[in-house]
Amino acid sequence: MKRSLRPLAATAVIFIIAYALSVFQFPGMLSTRVLGNFLTDNAFLGIAAVGMTFVIISGGIDLSVGAVIGFTGVLVAVLISWLGFHPLVAFVIALGVAALFGAAMGLTIHYLQVPSFIVTLAGMFLARGGASVITQDSVPINHEFYGMISDLIIRLPGGGRLSFIGLLMVFIFLVGALLAHRTRFGSYVYALGGNPISASLMGVPVARTTVQIYMLSSTLAALSGIVFSLYTSAGYPLAAVGVELDAISAVVIGGTLLTGGYGFVLGTFVGVMLLGLVQTYIIFDGTLSSWWTKIVIGVLLFLFIVLQRIIFAASAPGEEKPEKA
Amino acid sequence: MKRLHLERLANPQLLALAAVLLINWALFPNFFRITWQDGRLFGSAIDVLNRGAPVAILAIGMTGVIATKGVDLSVGAIMAVCGAVAATMVVAGYPTPVAVIAALAVGLACGLWNGFLVAVLDIQPIIATLVLMVAGRGIAQLITEGYIVTFNDPALIFIGTGSVLGFPMAAVIALVLMILVTLVVKRTAIGLFIQAIGVNRAAASLAGIHSRMLLMLVYATSGFCAAIAGIIVAADIRGADANNSGLWLELDAILAVVIGGTSLLGGKFSIPLAVVGAIIIQAMNTGILVSGFRPEFNLIVKAGMIILILMLQSPLLGHAAGFFKRDNKRVVSK
Repeated sequence: MKRSLRPLAATAVIFIIAYALSVFQFPGMLSTRVLGNFLTDNAFLGIAAVGMTFVIISGGIDLSVGAVIGFTGVLVAVLISWLGFHPLVAFVIALGVAALFGAAMGLTIHYLQVPSFIVTLAGMFLARGGASVITQDSVPINHEFYGMISDLIIRLPGGGRLSFIGLLMVFIFLVGALLAHRTRFGSYVYALGGNPISASLMGVPVARTTVQIYMLSSTLAALSGIVFSLYTSAGYPLAAVGVELDAISAVVIGGTLLTGGYGFVLGTFVGVMLLGLVQTYIIFDGTLSSWWTKIVIGVLLFLFIVLQRIIFAASAPGEEKPEKA
Repeated sequence: MKRLHLERLANPQLLALAAVLLINWALFPNFFRITWQDGRLFGSAIDVLNRGAPVAILAIGMTGVIATKGVDLSVGAIMAVCGAVAATMVVAGYPTPVAVIAALAVGLACGLWNGFLVAVLDIQPIIATLVLMVAGRGIAQLITEGYIVTFNDPALIFIGTGSVLGFPMAAVIALVLMILVTLVVKRTAIGLFIQAIGVNRAAASLAGIHSRMLLMLVYATSGFCAAIAGIIVAADIRGADANNSGLWLELDAILAVVIGGTSLLGGKFSIPLAVVGAIIIQAMNTGILVSGFRPEFNLIVKAGMIILILMLQSPLLGHAAGFFKRDNKRVVSK
């Protein structure tokens, strides 16, 4: 983070330019209502992306995020609607299950020395399959607690509303940024991503940190699943398919290096907002179809990867990056 | 690295396939009953070959990619794009061969794009192919203009549902492709070069291997295979579905390659065994369906399979087995 803030600055500048251009075309986009909805609509993606940022900074990848979101939604819905648990109890159970799940993946990655990619792929199958085995239908949640949380909003001048889940995402981002840049765990994560061998020689507890990273990612994915269930008031086993790809895209667009060791939690926030902007723009336009979202995200992803390449090739000439599987 | 000839027949993949087929047979006694009807073979076992063909074809291309320590996440999206190209061109009145060649060319171009990102721009394979994985379905939607383009062109439909000597066309294509690619890899030095890159790309380059060219070739092959699979899937349902064609098949293809004993750490690979891996996956799918279990169990079984393979492949077990030198092979090939 000390080497260069340029990728973060680039993302922020691109976001501001893109937003300014959108506002220029559709003045209606510059309203507190749109901005408030930005936060609410992307809350679940943002929370999952915080966990993904840590995983990617450590040099790994977590493909199980979307499936964990789906599984948590179903688990919470079943606990509340079928078994009569209080939502808060259900939340605690879901977060605990996810933490154990993440820990299992972290242990496998560390002790079997296999790429995180394939382990979390197994995790994805397991979580998605588990959710589908519990139920195949959408389970509605009708609990007064859910209504209470949806009523928790701060009204802004101009008709905007900050919802509880939107604020929760902002809070998670702040905590994530503190965790990454101001704690020992954060330094360990960066060290591990930079070079795992030197990290372990320097005394970084590699096993513990790896397990903690994946626990964090899965727990945040579960929190994201809870937020998703608050957003939709239901649990559905096929919910949030492919969210891991959006989360990875947001992390990369936010300036985090995919080879690990370098990145910003707040950059991911800008990345999530940029993805949200693309969607909102397409909704505002009305004539563009939703599939343009995917193409634009793909193009953005490509631009940022190339941008990172150029910036790092310029700032560190002659430095050979070790190849990663 | 190479197995001895005597062990060819007793390798773990074939044993696993035999075990899965036996379980299927036990759960569903008619599994191996094959009947002859309307000039083609029918039966669950034939169905496994037919349904397994797209993943097997993807696995053929994916094997090369994984052997170079890479991975190609975009094959599912490329399938959707190529299916869309073939379908829209046929509907627009182009002759079938033109449409098929155009679709194959698009697949090749997609593969070359991936190869360019990986080999020339030096981007991590997971991320380089992620770009096309995300954007590809959007492009496919663009081509089909958001509709599921259906067609009635008999020649194109034949590719997906026809039969040769009673065997399903898709399986025949997969078999021919497997033999061709295996011959190219085994009879020329390309296989050796791919292994060299997978083990250590820098060293391979220093030894004079054109690693950029080879990586481009490997990813282009993967794109080409994805195009074939995409055409087959589109022809099978007589329509190009940009959203669902090839969805998550990249993961099945990777799984097939890993089951086939190709190491994710690069270097060691086998194309025929990857195809066996694809058939194992499909045999499990079909087995779960015909024996009346819910298809959701499939995902859990697959996850269990990955974990099992990881444990067998893991260096840790290798170390442990190293103590019992003689039994080494037997432990690994359980």
